[in-house]
Amino acid sequence: MQLGAEILIESLRKENVRVIFGYPGGAALKIFDALKDATEIRTILVRHEQGAAHAANGYARASGKVGVCMATSGPGATNLVTGIATAYMDSIPIVAITGQVATSMVGTDAFQEVDITGITDPIVKHNYLVQEAGDIPRIIKEAFYIAQSGRPGPVLIDIPQDVTAAMAENIDCKKVDLRGYKPNINGHIRQIKQVIELIEKAERPLICAGGGVNSARATEELLYMVENAGIPVTTTMMGRGSISQDHPLALGMLGTYGLAAANMAVQACDLFIALGMRFGDRVTGATAKFAPHAKIVHIDIDAAEIGKNMRVDVPLVGDLKVVLGQLNKRLQAKENQPWRTEIAEIKAKYRAKDRPVVGSGKDEEGVTDDAISAADVIENLNQRLTDDCIVTTDVGQHQIWAAQKIRTNLPGKFISSGGLGTMGYGIPAAVGAQVACPDCNVYVITGDGSFQMGMPELGTALEQGLPLKIILINNQTLGMVKQLQDHYCQGRYSSTEFSKSPDFHHLALAFGALSLRVAKRQELAYKMEQFVQHRGMAIMEVVVPARENVYPIVLTGSGLDEMVGT
Amino acid sequence: MKCWGGGKVKHTLAVLVENRPGVLSHVAGLFSRRGYNIESLAVGETDDSSVSRITLVVEGDAKIIEQVSKQLNKQVEVIKVNDITEEETVDRQLLLLKVNADIAVRQEIMQIVEIFRCRIVDIGRRSLIVEATGDDAKIQAIIKSLQPFGIMELVRTGRVSIVRGQK
Repeated sequence: MQLGAEILIESLRKENVRVIFGYPGGAALKIFDALKDATEIRTILVRHEQGAAHAANGYARASGKVGVCMATSGPGATNLVTGIATAYMDSIPIVAITGQVATSMVGTDAFQEVDITGITDPIVKHNYLVQEAGDIPRIIKEAFYIAQSGRPGPVLIDIPQDVTAAMAENIDCKKVDLRGYKPNINGHIRQIKQVIELIEKAERPLICAGGGVNSARATEELLYMVENAGIPVTTTMMGRGSISQDHPLALGMLGTYGLAAANMAVQACDLFIALGMRFGDRVTGATAKFAPHAKIVHIDIDAAEIGKNMRVDVPLVGDLKVVLGQLNKRLQAKENQPWRTEIAEIKAKYRAKDRPVVGSGKDEEGVTDDAISAADVIENLNQRLTDDCIVTTDVGQHQIWAAQKIRTNLPGKFISSGGLGTMGYGIPAAVGAQVACPDCNVYVITGDGSFQMGMPELGTALEQGLPLKIILINNQTLGMVKQLQDHYCQGRYSSTEFSKSPDFHHLALAFGALSLRVAKRQELAYKMEQFVQHRGMAIMEVVVPARENVYPIVLTGSGLDEMVGT
Repeated sequence: MKCWGGGKVKHTLAVLVENRPGVLSHVAGLFSRRGYNIESLAVGETDDSSVSRITLVVEGDAKIIEQVSKQLNKQVEVIKVNDITEEETVDRQLLLLKVNADIAVRQEIMQIVEIFRCRIVDIGRRSLIVEATGDDAKIQAIIKSLQPFGIMELVRTGRVSIVRGQK
């Protein structure tokens, strides 16, 4: 017989859990007590439960394994919610474990009680309310299986206090038996043949690689298909890293904040091959105007994504690594030379205009010639990035600048909140990524708005000795919303300008970081070098003018070729 | 195909689920948050006590029904989804109806009950309770026939359906 909490920890160990991001509390006392003795599991105390969920997310994306976060009942659990939703939207495998009030108290509005399984229903792949300590081994085994198989996603396990304190037999669960859950792995052969036929017939085929390519780690298969069948490739934000940005057939990110060349290629193609993506509205713009000349092939492991947002000519359900293998085996080598030439021309035509920051909102007084553009920052950092560097971002203009231009050639190296667009994600996600990859350089690109949302986790980074490199692009505004106000509210800036901000320099010092501040273009390279070379945590505040906006942009109701700012 | 006008089609989905607490709320929640309207819902254990069957009637065009089925299938606790709309089925609902029945009209009501082959299951001083089973059309017809007498209370179950055996 063993204590429920001990059974839990042992079950986690059997799933090869090495790190837990957590925050303790009354209902989770026994669990954290058991963790105290679990020497092979590193428990990282975060500063806010939302940070625990984001860190588990960053950990999962950087390592390819399941991330684990833990919180107590009530507010601990509700603080996880944004993080769980973030993981859900981006299909990131995390397991969230929450304490719950004792079974006898459930439903009485007890102190720190919330119905967290009810609350998280719409944002988890699956959740459990544990009734018996003896169920724990099975539930943990199922949870990890569900989180990482098929289309990955978050799973929540809510464990009442008395269950963690109850004695039970720790019976090993060997096999998962879920009759209602059987992910499709192999592509249907009839569909495979149809796809082959379309690719062979197409004169202007285009691949769009989504996050599914990264989560299936199908990058080699993608590269083979691109080169063998001569198909240019664009990526979604979640698909960044699935192919090298420097590849001659790579067009970069598409979408309403995508690169002009990628968007123009979509509108010109005659076959659009969607790999592991969900045709989100930030990718398609107006769906009726999307890829007007193209037949659409949609390959995804989640059958429910097919036909949800976009008309599809040939659906193909399966695991991308397997399906791309099936396709590659049958695909003849092809040149598509005229189309490739056209793609090269499109790229050349828009390259200059694809410099992320070209437009301006309103002219500002006092902006001098030596003002730094956010584009300079990204370009400067790019020169220093190696393949093993990880870049996380927060959400806003800086995120788009980074997503468009940051050099990233491998999965799990560009980590950003794509679907939910969660401000405050960057720093905790970097904490998770750095813990997963202690030898990698982990950079955070953030803005002055997002930074102040994710700031608490600097305390975690300090305590854990994580050498995060944080670039704070300070434009003294909530730039993305401000830009939307430019477009949709006649430039009336409501609640988007900070009249006062904290002294970021001293704030950085307070967290034991190297603190750098740069406001002049001439100083950027030198400061960047100092920043990159620093061994510990470093925060570099880059002051940029507030007038810079993200371009090109596709406004609501427009097609991808109707960009503003090209 | 059963059409009730309005251009949209009512679909009957037979959904086999794990017989566990919370499963029904998962399924029902999925409908509300994706903006699908459930017309009728009936749930009960099957011959296998670990499996429940939910019979759902949903109105929508083909695209919506396809999404509904796919989203249902995604739920870990959903074992199987069958759209039995196109099948030959036997459909039943149960109706319990309390109707005003003074001495003067009692005889007339009992005649109606006779015609529809339903039953009187309770007699009060001023009321009768009528029990009826049948498909949607029959239930509607009974309600309409008894309406003039004054319906005091009415309760009906969701539709349950079963596919006919091969002929």
